[in-house]
Amino acid sequence: MAVTEPRRIYTGSRIPAPIPTVLQVPSDVTDPEDILQVNFGPNHPSTHGVLRLVVDLSGERVVGLRAVIGYLHTGFEKNMEQKTWWKAITYPERIDYVSFQNNELVFVLAIEKLLELEVPPKATWMRMLLCELNRIHSHLVFLGTSALELGAISMFWYCFRERDLVLDLSELATGMRMHTRYFQAGGLAEDVPRGFEAECRKFVEWMPKALDDYEAILSRNEIWLERTRGIGLLSAEDAIALGQSGPVLRASGVDWDLRRDRPYLAYPALDFNVPVYPNGDVYDRYLVRMDEMRESVRIIEQCLDGMPEGPWIADDRKVVLPPRHELHTSMESLIHHFKIVTEGYRVPEGEVYVTVESPRGEMGCLVVSDGGPKPWRVKFRAPSYVALEATATCMRDSLVADMIAIVGSLDSVMGEVDR
Amino acid sequence: MHLRDEEGFNFLSDIAAVDYLGWGERHVAGYFGTAAGRDLGSQSAQGFARTPQPKPARFAVNYQLTSVPVGRVVRVQVWLEDGQSVASVVEVWPTADWHEREAFDMMGIVFDGHPNLSRILMEDDWEGHPLRKDYPLGGEPVRFSGDE
Repeated sequence: MAVTEPRRIYTGSRIPAPIPTVLQVPSDVTDPEDILQVNFGPNHPSTHGVLRLVVDLSGERVVGLRAVIGYLHTGFEKNMEQKTWWKAITYPERIDYVSFQNNELVFVLAIEKLLELEVPPKATWMRMLLCELNRIHSHLVFLGTSALELGAISMFWYCFRERDLVLDLSELATGMRMHTRYFQAGGLAEDVPRGFEAECRKFVEWMPKALDDYEAILSRNEIWLERTRGIGLLSAEDAIALGQSGPVLRASGVDWDLRRDRPYLAYPALDFNVPVYPNGDVYDRYLVRMDEMRESVRIIEQCLDGMPEGPWIADDRKVVLPPRHELHTSMESLIHHFKIVTEGYRVPEGEVYVTVESPRGEMGCLVVSDGGPKPWRVKFRAPSYVALEATATCMRDSLVADMIAIVGSLDSVMGEVDR
Repeated sequence: MHLRDEEGFNFLSDIAAVDYLGWGERHVAGYFGTAAGRDLGSQSAQGFARTPQPKPARFAVNYQLTSVPVGRVVRVQVWLEDGQSVASVVEVWPTADWHEREAFDMMGIVFDGHPNLSRILMEDDWEGHPLRKDYPLGGEPVRFSGDE
């Protein structure tokens, strides 16, 4: 690929005007007959779902680009308004089906903030552990699929081998491989099962070796370097202006991680680094995610070491289901159980905006409650949605073959984009 | 809004539109769970009906702003009646492009000066704005049924 001057980020802004997300064919194109308009998607294996890109090509160069989304819109936010709070917890994880645990967390944190509910430390630490496992899961899916798209099919098998280990752990802890609904308002649905720690430690021991393998395959692979370095450039200023977050922002040289800068759960008690790379290209986005997986392994280890003993869910009978055995002996517990399951608990009137650092970036959730048993309005700030806004900027002057690498590096999940 | 740019809120996280149609018409009764258990002193803690605080207008548009190196956050709320429009902030924060299109698509809020205010998630010829509270929940008309 014709990258004549690698590793040099541009100066000034490359965001197209007047529409920041649409690259228009420049008016000084010599012969409009030369422009070929191609529909990329909506059904294409490398669009990670149903993304449609309308690309104007001049030879092999991309001169115009427009992203069309909405093919997967299912009205999650409207649905959640019709469900009681505790039924609605199942929805956020299905929005982004790759980082389900983090999405579940953001909604549960929002409910807890409205309820002013204290969460026992064990639940907090287990949540951190599962979220980091989920981050590894998400990055593995990114790595496997984007390497596959660039021709490295073996990476896909390796990554999905480790992904399966993560899902096995998830199944062990929560009973479900994906979409666990393990986080409840107040804590966790069940206690951490016996044997989980031992299995998790095996994974912590294994994962760095697997990461070494990936790096041996990719990091000095000539084809991989040629296909990813200096491609899909995004400067720090443009990344901030376009609202990018997570690995995309950090690969553009902006040192910003919500886990450290706007802490939630017990992240301040942990020791971890935030990887930042300055070049803003596809290769740096790959490096950021590789380093993040290593950091996540470290965090998981610290969570296992520091896991406190005690209850896994708050003792608040107005919100939390009573223990199963009490239902047979206590009338009060039976009533509470019945009320919570049928009518749901009520959440005080108010509105909160909660953010977490999901694998894709800032996952935000605005929740409005009118004091009733159902949310009045839930709005998700989906990092994938925002990441796709950068496609036009990243693909300016790129070649059509690089388009696939760029879309892959933005790592958007279409379920979350369309919601 | 432009002043925010100089104050250092360089990162627009989200624009969220909320429809408050019917807010407060439904009385809310029942118990609240709180950290300290049940607070019998607070309103509605004993199951009395209560009406939520009234809102100044039907729609609220929430802008979540962050100053990235510093970490300060602020939320700006704009209140609108149906049919009123609000100035677009695309020139200040380019990321607002799709957020405003989504608010237009879902809630029908018009942003003045937006370069490309069209539907984004729904089909181009869709009627109505699905996240409005008066949008019907079911009963979608089915073609080729009945007398056809």
